[in-house]
Order: sequence, then structure tokens, then C-alpha cells
Amino acid sequence: MLKPSAIITLLVSISLAVGGVWIIYNINLLPEAASSNAPVYDELFRVLFVIGVILFVGMFAAVVYSLIEFRRRPGDQEDGLPVKENLPLEIFWTAVPAIVVLFVGLYSYDIYDRMGGMQPLDHQNHGYSVSSSEEKVWGGIGTSSNNSNMDLQMQSLPVEVTAMQFAFLFRYPKGDFISGELHVPVGQTISMRMESNDVIHAFWVPEFRIKQDVIPGQPTILNFTPTKPGRFPIICAELCGPYHGGMRSTVVVEEPEIYQDWFNKNSNTIVS
Amino acid sequence: MTITIPPKSNKESEGLQPKGFLRYFSFSLDHKVIGIQYLVCGFLFYLVGGALASAIRIELTSPISDFMPRDVYNQVLTLHGTIMIFLWIVPVVNGAFGNYLIPFYVGARDMAFPRLNAVAFWLIPPAGLMLISSYFINGAAQSGWTAYPPLSITTPAAGQIIWILSVLLLGGSSIFGGINFIATILKLRRPGLKLMQLPMYCWAMLGTSILVVLSTPVLAGTLILLSFDIVAHTGFFNPTLGGNVIVYQHLFWFYSHPAVYIMVLPAFGLVSEILPIHSRKPLFGYTTMVYSIMAIVFLGLIVWAHHMFTSGTPPWMRLFFTIATSFIAVPTGIKFFNWVATLWGGKISLNSAILFSCGFIVNFVLGGITGVALAQVPFDIHVHDTYFVVAHFHYIVYGGSVFVIFSSIYHWYPKFTGRMLNEKIGRIHFILTFVGFNLCFAPQHWLGMNGMPRRVAEYDPQFTFVNQLSSFGALLMALSTLPFLWNVIHSSFKGEIAGENPWQALTPEWLTSSPPPVENWLGEAPLVTDPYGYGKKQLQEQFNDLESEKQ
Amino acid sequence: MTTITPIDQSPKEQEVQHDLHADHRLFGLVAFLIADGMTFAGFFAAYLTFKAVNPLLPDAIYELELPLPTLNTILLLVSSATFHRAGQALNKSDSKSCQKWLLITASLGLAFLASQMVEYFTLPFGLTDNLYASTFYALTGFHGLHVTLGAFMILIVWWQSRQPGGRITSQNKFPLEAAELYWHFVDGIWVILFIILYLV
Ligand code: HEA
Ligand code: HEA
Ligand code: CUA
Ligand SMILES: [Cu+2]
Repeated sequence: MLKPSAIITLLVSISLAVGGVWIIYNINLLPEAASSNAPVYDELFRVLFVIGVILFVGMFAAVVYSLIEFRRRPGDQEDGLPVKENLPLEIFWTAVPAIVVLFVGLYSYDIYDRMGGMQPLDHQNHGYSVSSSEEKVWGGIGTSSNNSNMDLQMQSLPVEVTAMQFAFLFRYPKGDFISGELHVPVGQTISMRMESNDVIHAFWVPEFRIKQDVIPGQPTILNFTPTKPGRFPIICAELCGPYHGGMRSTVVVEEPEIYQDWFNKNSNTIVS
Repeated sequence: MTITIPPKSNKESEGLQPKGFLRYFSFSLDHKVIGIQYLVCGFLFYLVGGALASAIRIELTSPISDFMPRDVYNQVLTLHGTIMIFLWIVPVVNGAFGNYLIPFYVGARDMAFPRLNAVAFWLIPPAGLMLISSYFINGAAQSGWTAYPPLSITTPAAGQIIWILSVLLLGGSSIFGGINFIATILKLRRPGLKLMQLPMYCWAMLGTSILVVLSTPVLAGTLILLSFDIVAHTGFFNPTLGGNVIVYQHLFWFYSHPAVYIMVLPAFGLVSEILPIHSRKPLFGYTTMVYSIMAIVFLGLIVWAHHMFTSGTPPWMRLFFTIATSFIAVPTGIKFFNWVATLWGGKISLNSAILFSCGFIVNFVLGGITGVALAQVPFDIHVHDTYFVVAHFHYIVYGGSVFVIFSSIYHWYPKFTGRMLNEKIGRIHFILTFVGFNLCFAPQHWLGMNGMPRRVAEYDPQFTFVNQLSSFGALLMALSTLPFLWNVIHSSFKGEIAGENPWQALTPEWLTSSPPPVENWLGEAPLVTDPYGYGKKQLQEQFNDLESEKQ
Repeated sequence: MTTITPIDQSPKEQEVQHDLHADHRLFGLVAFLIADGMTFAGFFAAYLTFKAVNPLLPDAIYELELPLPTLNTILLLVSSATFHRAGQALNKSDSKSCQKWLLITASLGLAFLASQMVEYFTLPFGLTDNLYASTFYALTGFHGLHVTLGAFMILIVWWQSRQPGGRITSQNKFPLEAAELYWHFVDGIWVILFIILYLV
């Protein structure tokens, strides 16, 4: 009993869904992907987007179709059918979302693990050695779990981040100097220990798809590996006062040699 | 069958109260008067909150901070969020419609505690005025509606303290209301009416009131501690004195996540009343609807930490909250599919009420889907505290709750006033709102993903065009209030006379005159055991039955 | 209290309705006490988290003395029992003994407050000394506020029951029942508070 309006709605919604899927694969809705995290994130985003488009277009089509097809024609005084329930149907639409969210949950767990989020944040794991063994740190995502802990400790570059109203300061413990811009070598894992001097701030680099609150009295850890040279904005993402909107800095990702030059030039001097 | 009529406890005092228009300005004990008081008062605050939103959108038409000073911007957005949530959505979907409808639905002549009810309402105007006036005293609170310490401790104290006081008053009002609703629904039910025969809005209000009673006091306690930090210099949330800022966030969201269901469950209930009447079909899946409300109530209490994925939370906690949050999609989904099934095969009158209800379904599904995305920790880490979140919740609070409020006004206006609203203007209102709303908030998803944080007065110039698009949408939304206002005011004098039951509905509030008499029904309260019994017989027969039952 | 005059009903039904209404007020009070209990639950949760996450420096740790709080616990528990006796007396329409027990309960409550004050003044830490101290005072202070309110309520009930004309009788015992329920609630909270603050 397919009616013209049914066919049209079906066609329109299929083309909308196809269009949505096309968009996600061909038009970049996200900023440039410049860290080892970012491609993993973008994969998750695509999956969520496709599921979302299908669900949304489906519901949209069902509502619009009902409004057109089942509208009251002039002169019609009848009631609709007195259907009150339909058990198989209800089981179906309880089960399907349950399966979808279960899948999404497990899948994002996997993604989170691949981002290194499930690594226990005890002190051995983040290259940066914490002074007091009693200190509790909390963290954002760790490093890629492909690396073994030993490797990590050898490789990762420790940076101490201090946030304050309204600036970030980056201290390089190896060279014992402070910089207002974050310089990092491409391909190397950076391990940041962050703490705030006053209120809560947040360290966000959209191109890296990472964000972590910087909290007073509570150090947090954030690890990432940049994969593309370039200058990317560091944005404070937590309301921290009138100049919150202006609290920005830059992360400069450089080839290792250029980075080394910069590092040597700054060692034992204070740059702001 | 003998029918016992619940006592009307406000009979004497009613005689002393002003009649006509003036009774809306009095300490009236009539639940219908209180309902209208909530509605009108809430709408006035909505205009103020909307004016503040307009100021935000004007500021954001240019990437630099030029329209107002930066700290004023923060005050404006704090006031906007607080007013919209605590003075518009919560009082209106709970207080206004709850007070007006619940006694009808349970077959009572008033709420269980009329005096408490009036007190609950009269806490609101002073609290709201106090909140707004703080702007003129020493600057309003400027730490966002979340008031995270230590920012809320270090910003000027006067505004923050006034903010805390008014939120405490509003929370108290909400708790009194919740107690009243629980008692009315469970205890004042007309004899012969079973729980599972109640209209769906009663169940929604029961669930909401449980959430109110369980979670609002925690917010009150938290804000009391926060005010100690500000006034007495204790260190609960002040890290320089050894305090812990994360504890505040847990306590705050333990209230404020349930609060989002306090804003939307009653709206779900209202839609469940409106859809069957205008599509002339029974509400589909009544039983599963009831269970899904209770499931949402339960899950709503255990998912709060999804607002804190980038704060200091340990990994296991993030995971637990991801899974729990995602599962809210299941009971919510059941409700949405049931509504579509209610529409399906009906005889839908395409009037403004149903248009706004369907607009709600569409918008909320989009907001819900972005919500489920936000619940995924790895996804949320990138978009937390960006315009993506702003888009998510405006799709739900505006596209959801506010659309339902408009829908309900179109639906119940005839009952409130005895006159019909103008259909044509209603549709213009719908189209302007729907288009403006989507134009305003859809682009914000993109903004958030691409690097625009929320709560900023200045931003990267690459976002200028999209922000202007969004501001243009906000302009359309502001314009859309004009036809609505004209319609509501003009129709109250010149509207077509509605009669008892213009929609030929079966729920009890329509089985009396419009507007209803002081005691709701002149005779005995009708016993409606099947509020959604459409389509069984010809309507006229059904009415004849009910009429004869009344005799 | 408004008098309730249900329309077109026989006196018998009226009686039924009346009882029903009194019932609702107690029901409302229970709902309110659940809400109030949640406030305390929030405070307890905050206290326990602070204790787990922000341990104090060793030199700031102070062992609380137990005698006074134990006395306080006994005072409150006994007062719960005496309040119960007052209720029983009222049921037997023995208003003299009801008043006596009410008075005893109120004085036990006041004794609790006094001994709480003594404890406050002998403690070696002040409100703003450290996180632990602040939470201690916030919790006990908020509870003390409840006790104060409860004691006032008892005194009001006592005063009302002395009024001629029977403001509080075995027919109209809602005020007494409400105060009693509230008082038991405050006691219960104290027991939890005592365990969490002093014993754990
Ligand atoms: C009425 C208000 C309301 C409602 C109902 C919701 C509902 C939901 N919200 Fe939202 N939310 C807010 C108001 C609301 N929210 C506000 C105000 C904020 C910001 C606070 C601030 O920081 O200022 C926020 C923020 C917020 C965050 C934090 C974001 C961040 O700050 O980083 C998260 C994360 O998990 C979230 C998730 C959800 C989810 C999963 C739902 C779910 O309940 C949605 C469920 C609904 C559906 C899913 C649609 C219908 C279902 C189907 C059609 C079935 C099929 C679907 C699937 C299988 C997916 N919300
Ligand atoms: C709960 C309900 C709710 C509602 C209905 C709205 C409605 C709107 N909101 Fe709001 N919003 C919030 C809740 C809500 N908001 C919350 C909780 C926040 C977070 C705050 C925080 O971060 O702390 C927020 C934040 C927020 C932001 C982000 C600010 C920032 O982070 O920097 C923006 C920006 O676009 C915005 C815009 C709008 C717009 C354009 C509307 C429009 O829909 C409004 C439309 C209405 C009108 C335009 C009224 C028209 C009437 C007039 C103009 C006449 C005026 C007349 C008189 C004064 C008499 N809102
Ligand atoms: Cu720092 Cu915002
Ligand atoms: Cu939430």
C-alpha cells in the first residue's frame, strides 16, 4: 500500500541520509588533524555522525510523513484507529536503541583506550616524574597505548604548564627555562603536568583534539604526540574571568632540529 | 455509584479575595489562578532572558569585544542562563501547567496544600527581581550559571551572594512545589481512579517531583557552603585554604543534571496530552511510557559526572558515566517512538499546537543525538565547553521545552481564557520560530567543533560569518515573539468564543466550562478512567455517555 | 488551620475527609524530611570526599574528644523516647502528663545545645582553620540549627497544649505528631553524624 507521499518521503530521506554520509566523508567538519589523537578522534566522529544522521533523518521523515499523510481532510469527522500498543513493535524499538548505544559505548571505550585514556595515571607512566610520591594527579588522556611504559619514559618530553589569569606559562624542566609559547618537536610525545595559580582554566588545542582542565591545587596530566609541523592555537576553554576570551597562546610544532636550536637558545634564560 | 468529593480547602478565603483581573495579583489559593500567575510571571522573565540573549548575539556579531565590556558580558550570560532555567523553564513547565492541570487530572478541587502552593509561587517574583537588580547594585554574578569556584569566590562578592540567595529561594519554591505535586497525585486522587488510569502528565510530574525532592536540597547545601567560602572565608572550595574545587562540581551537577530532566520531563508529559487529542488517537504505549519516565528518573540521578569529563575524574568514573548516560537514550527513545506511533494513522488537525509539538520532536531528537555523542568521553574531550555544547542544550531546552510551552499555550489557551487563539498568526509564529531557531543554533555545532569556546566575548575572526548567521537566527526568534504577543493579548478580548471543549477532548479539564469555575466542576468531579479513549466509538456518543454519567 | 467544610456531604463522610487531610500534611512532612535529609547527605558526601581526597597534614590532625558528644547522643536518644511518651499520653487524653513530657523533651534538646556550645568553645580549632574544621562546624552547626528549630517547635506545641479549648487534643494531634516526626528525624541525623564525624 505504498502511496505517493510515502515514496516521496522515503526518497527524500534516503537522499538526505546519503547526503549526510557524503558530507562527513568529503567535507571536513573538523579542523586539521595534527596529533596522533586526531585521526582516532575523527574516526569516532564519523561513526557517530553517520549513526546520528540516520536516526535523525528517520525520525524527521516519520514525523513529516505522518503530518502530510494523516492530516485531517476537510469534512472528515472520524477518529483515528484506536491502536494502543503493539508489543513486538515496542520490543523492537527498545532493543534497537539499546544495541546502538551499547555498540557506541563499547566502540568509544575502544577509541578512548587507543587514545591512552585507560592507562592508570600513576607516576611511572607519564615520563614526568612527580616530586612527592604522596601527590595525587588526575589526568586527561595519556599517550598511545602502543608504546610500552619503558619506551615512554625514555621518549617523552616533560613540560610544566602553569595557568593563570590570563596566560599560560610553559616551563621546560630539562632546560630550566620558561616560555610563553609551547614549542614541541614533531613526532615526540609530550607529557605535560599542569596546575593553575588562581582559578580553573582549560588547555585546549582543537587541532590535537585534546582538552584538560587546569585546576588550582590539583595537578593534572596531559600527554599528546604532535604529527604535523605548524602553529596551532592554544585556547582556554573554562570561564576564568573577564579576559577568558583573550586567554590564548600558541603551540609551535617544529622539526626536531629546529626545536633543538630553539631549546638550546633558551636554556638557562627566561623568555616570556 | 457514590462519589466523594475531595474537600475544597480554600472556600472561605476565596470570598475575601479580589475578583476578576485583580485576583492574579493577590495571594490567591486557587490552583488555576496560581498556575496562570506562574505562566505570566515566567513569560515576563523569558522576555528579560531573551533580551539578554539578544545582547549576547549582538556582541557576537563581531569578533572583538565592542558592544559591552567584558565583565558585563559575563554578567549577561550568567543572568541569561540563570533566568532562563530557574525563572522560565522550571517554573513554567512544572509550576504553571502542573498547578493548572494536575488537580483536574486527579479529580480534585485544588492542590493538597493550597497555602504552601501560593507561598511557593510568591517566592519567585522577589527572587527574580533580586537577581536582576543585582546588576544595578554592584554588578551581577559573573561566573556563569554553574558558578564554579574558585572563580565564583574571587569575583565581586555582592553579585555572587545575591545570585546564591535568589537561587536558594527558587530552589525552595521548587521543593515546596514538588512536595505538593507528590501529595496531590498520590493522595488526592478521586476515589475510583487508578494510578494507571491517570493522564501521562501526572506521571511526568510525579517523576519530576521525585527528582526535585531528591536533588534540589543538595544544590541548596552546596550553595550554602559556597556562600560560607565567600562571606566567612572558609575553604571548602578554595584551594588556597586546602579546599577542593572538584567536590563542588560533583555536588553541583548532582543537582543540575537531574535539573535538565526537571526541565524536560513535564514537557514530555504535556506533549503526551496534546498529541492524542489533535490526532484523535489513543496515546500509544501508555504502560511503557510510564516505565520509561521512571527509568529516566533513576538514570538521571546517576549520570552527573558527564559534565566533568575534562575535570579531574579518574578513568573508571568517566567510563561508568559514559555508559549510564548513553542508556538514557533508550527510555527517551521509547517515548519518541510512541509519539510517532500516536501520530501514525491518526486524523491530525494541523493546528499551531500540533506544529509546535512536532517541531519539538524533531528538535529534541537532534539535541538528544548530540547529547549521546557528548556522553562519549573521547568525543566530549574535544568539544566540552565549546559552542557544540551550547548548540546541544539549546536544541533541547529551546527546541524542546520552549516549543512545548508554546504548543501548550496554543492548546490550553481556550481553557484558560474561554477564547480561541488566532490560527493564522499561530502558524506565522511557528514558522518564524522554527526557522530562526535552527538558523541560530545549528551553525553553533560547527563553531564548537572548529575551535570556538563558549562564554567568550571575542573570538577568532574566521568564525565571524557563521556567528552573524547565528545572530540573524536569533533576530528572527526575537521577531517571532511579536506575533505571539499580539495574538495572546488581542485574542483575550476579541478571540472566538471557545466553549467548553473546542478540541472535543476527553481529559477532565475539558469537561467543565472555560474558564472553569472556582471549584473546577459545578457538580461532581467526573470519573475519567480512559483519558485517551479516542476512536472507540463515534465521539458524540462518547460525550453523551460522559454527560449522562455526570448527571 | 483552615476548617474544612466539604460540600454536600454527610457528617460521617466529613469526618473521613478530615482525617484524610491530616494524613496529607504528615505525608507532606515526610516528603520534606526526605528533601532535608538529602541536604545532609550532600554535606556528608562532601565531608567524606574531603577526608578521602584532601588528607590533612599530620600536625593539623586533632583527635576529637568523645565524652561530650557521647553525652549529647544520649541526651538526644532519651529525648526521642520522652517525646514518644508525650504522644502516648496525648493518646490517652492525659494532657497534664503530655505537657510534662514535652517540657522534659524540650529541656533535653536545650541541654544538647548547651553542651554543643561547650564543645565548640573548648575545641582547639576555629571555623576557618582548615578544611576539616570548616566541614566539622558546617555539619554540626547545620544540625544544631535543626535542633534549635525543633526545640522551638516543641515549646510551641507545649504552649498550645496548655491553651484552654483544646488546640492540641487526641482529636487534633497533628502539631504534636509533626514535631515528633521532625524530632526523631533530627535524632537520626545526629546518630549518623556522630558515627561519621567522631567514630570513623
Ligand atoms: C532539558 C535539558 C536537557 C536534556 C533533556 C538533556 C539531555 C541529554 N544530555 Fe544534555 N545538557 C543540557 C541540557 C539537557 N540535556 C545542558 C543545559 C547542558 C550544559 C550545561 C552547562 O555546561 O552549562 C548539557 C550538557 C550535556 C553534556 C556535557 C557536555 C559538556 O559540557 O561537555 C552531556 C554529556 O554527556 C549531555 C548529554 C545529554 C544526554 C545523553 C541527554 C539524553 O537525555 C538525550 C536522550 C535523547 C535522545 C537520544 C533522542 C531520542 C532518542 C531516540 C530517537 C532513540 C534512538 C537514539 C539513539 C540510539 C542514540 N548534555
Ligand atoms: C533554559 C533555557 C534557555 C533558553 C530558552 C535560551 C534561549 C536563547 N539563548 Fe541561551 N543559554 C542558556 C539557556 C537558555 N537559552 C544557558 C543555561 C546558557 C549557559 C549560560 C552559561 O554559560 O552560564 C545559555 C547560553 C547562551 C549562549 C552562549 C553564551 C556564551 O557561552 O558566551 C548563547 C549565544 O548565542 C545563547 C543564546 C540564546 C538565544 C539567542 C536564545 C533565544 O532563543 C532567545 C529568544 C527570545 C527572545 C529573543 C526574546 C525576545 C523578546 C524581546 C527581545 C523583547 C524584549 C522585551 C523586553 C525586555 C520587555 N544562550
Ligand atoms: Cu583561562 Cu579561561
Ligand atoms: Cu547532564
